[in-house]
Amino acid sequence: MRFMFKTDYEDDIKLFPHGGYIVTYGVLLAFLAVAPFVLSSYLVSQMVFVFIYATVGVGLMILTGFTGQASLGHAAFLAIGAYTAGYLQQYDVPFPVYFLVAGVLTGVVGAMVGFPALRLQGIYLVIATISFAFIIEEILARWESVTHGNEGMRVKAVQFFGSTVSRDSPSFYFLCLAVLALAILATLNLLRSPTGRAFVAIRDSETAARSMGVNVSLYKVKSFAISAAITGFAGVLFAHKMSFISPEMFTLQLSIEFIIVILIGGAFSPHGAVLGAIFIVMIDPFLTYLKDDVPGMIAAVAATFGAGAETAAAVKSNVAAFASANGLKGAIYGVIIVLFVLFEPLGLYGRWLKIKLFFQLFPLYKRATFKRQKIYVKSERNR
Amino acid sequence: MLDFVQQLVSGIALGCVYGLIALGFVLVYKATEVVNFAQGDLMMLGGFFAFTFIGILGLNYWIGFAGAVVAMALFGMAAERVVVRPILGYPQFSIIMATIGLGFFLRSVAGMIWGTDDLKIETPFSQGVLRIGSLVLAYDKLSVIAATIILCAMLYLFFNRTTLGTAMRASSENMLAAYYMGIPVKRVVSIVWAISAAVATAAGVLLAPITFIHSNVGLVLGLKAFPAAVLGGFGSIPGAVVGGILIGVIESMAGFYLPQGWKDVAPYIVLLLVLLLKPEGLFGHHARKKV
Repeated sequence: MRFMFKTDYEDDIKLFPHGGYIVTYGVLLAFLAVAPFVLSSYLVSQMVFVFIYATVGVGLMILTGFTGQASLGHAAFLAIGAYTAGYLQQYDVPFPVYFLVAGVLTGVVGAMVGFPALRLQGIYLVIATISFAFIIEEILARWESVTHGNEGMRVKAVQFFGSTVSRDSPSFYFLCLAVLALAILATLNLLRSPTGRAFVAIRDSETAARSMGVNVSLYKVKSFAISAAITGFAGVLFAHKMSFISPEMFTLQLSIEFIIVILIGGAFSPHGAVLGAIFIVMIDPFLTYLKDDVPGMIAAVAATFGAGAETAAAVKSNVAAFASANGLKGAIYGVIIVLFVLFEPLGLYGRWLKIKLFFQLFPLYKRATFKRQKIYVKSERNR
Repeated sequence: MLDFVQQLVSGIALGCVYGLIALGFVLVYKATEVVNFAQGDLMMLGGFFAFTFIGILGLNYWIGFAGAVVAMALFGMAAERVVVRPILGYPQFSIIMATIGLGFFLRSVAGMIWGTDDLKIETPFSQGVLRIGSLVLAYDKLSVIAATIILCAMLYLFFNRTTLGTAMRASSENMLAAYYMGIPVKRVVSIVWAISAAVATAAGVLLAPITFIHSNVGLVLGLKAFPAAVLGGFGSIPGAVVGGILIGVIESMAGFYLPQGWKDVAPYIVLLLVLLLKPEGLFGHHARKKV
């Protein structure tokens, strides 16, 4: 067990509380640096998606995890970023410029959503963000002179100082990694600043924050803007990675996936965004695996336990039929969401912290350390 | 002018559909302050149950209808017991996520069991129209309007006149205080989920001739019922129906008089405007805690 002896505030807000962190993240960074040259191109491509989803997750986390404002409309912010990139690219605007423009524009739209959201709370905010996302989706489908409507839009490869960065190249991988790393770093720094402290105060109690002199409206709008801007940056990368964008890619389903990212990862730390993104991106390969390999394996197991060839074949076809059933992904999403909400509201990263603490304190770990407070008294109507 | 009246009437019929689903939202919200994002999917499941009883087992329409309502009421209780009760008292957002998860699950499982085709139930209202002058009204739409009015009145009386209804309102204000006053809060929550699942089933069966039954019907209509519930003030039963009718009329007018595309977004634009200008809705009451 390591004892952290802190003597002043600077110690408390260090990015790396002790040397162990630098070693761990150094190893992780080294692995990520060699990954595109060692791993299969499929896996690298999936990792790029993980980076993009994690960037959105970090953005959403600022709003939902740290400021306590739920949003089911982040797919719309992603769409605004993606379409800005696609549109400006047609006019040969250089990548760094439209990357920034997309982020800023999305941030401005985010602030515009934030203003009406000031008066809303809880469920009303969720519904308002859903409506906003629907309206954006419809605009994308109808504003054909800019977005090409439902036909969608081709996005060319990134042109970076005269060289072309194709969407499968290691350079694009590093670009996405860099954006994610910067987003995480920016978020961590934000949280150490007065702005971040104000966000957390608003999340924990708006009334208390207001009485301490926090300008709640201002910080909520800021939180919306920052969250949207980060999502907009991710949108640019998303557009380039997909190389084709159309309105039906940015639906409510995608917004829910983003929420799942931070719900499953854990909404209180950027680690959670990355873990959740890994989960969401890897569920498709997992389903393919379930379809292709698992039925054979189960049949083999059945055969070893003395089942005849006929029974084994029947088992195999049954399992295969189940694994390839339409909508299995939705069912898995549903079960996973419910299980996480019920049993691990702190997400995967929370689970990791618990396991770590268990070994650090062995045998003194007690469950109550992480127990949530139940509130039966408060009616959110009378807030 | 005739166009206008025809649009108005079909808008009202459509609005009653939204109102009927919104009633389910309002019920659960009124009693537990939980918003059930799976409400539309309960409706979808109710439709499938009725299809199983009527279409596959060949029961009489009314018996099948009643059977589906009872089965779904039990299902609603079970869903509450498994998904909602363990997290009662936690922040609203956890419960919203849990019901979204439940909705995902129900949609996929229904798709797996009953397939992805549009199913149809033979109902006494499937055919025939009522003519008033040159105005044409289909019986299936009339049945929805009638059922909405009856259910709305019954639920309104239930919440305002019966002991159980009062207990439900009390436990939504403050669960702990209600519990101290001798109200069995857990049972109240469980009953309200049963009622809302039953209302959803009624909606699903009545809608079957109009929208058909398929696994995504709940999601599509459920999302349209949100603006209705918000417009009426989330905790008000008559409000849900009035809000639903307004949304339905707005949607059908927008589809007729405005360019293509407005029909789908008009309800949401109205919703955002309502949230901006009068967040408590038309019938809701809004209280603010003084510090």
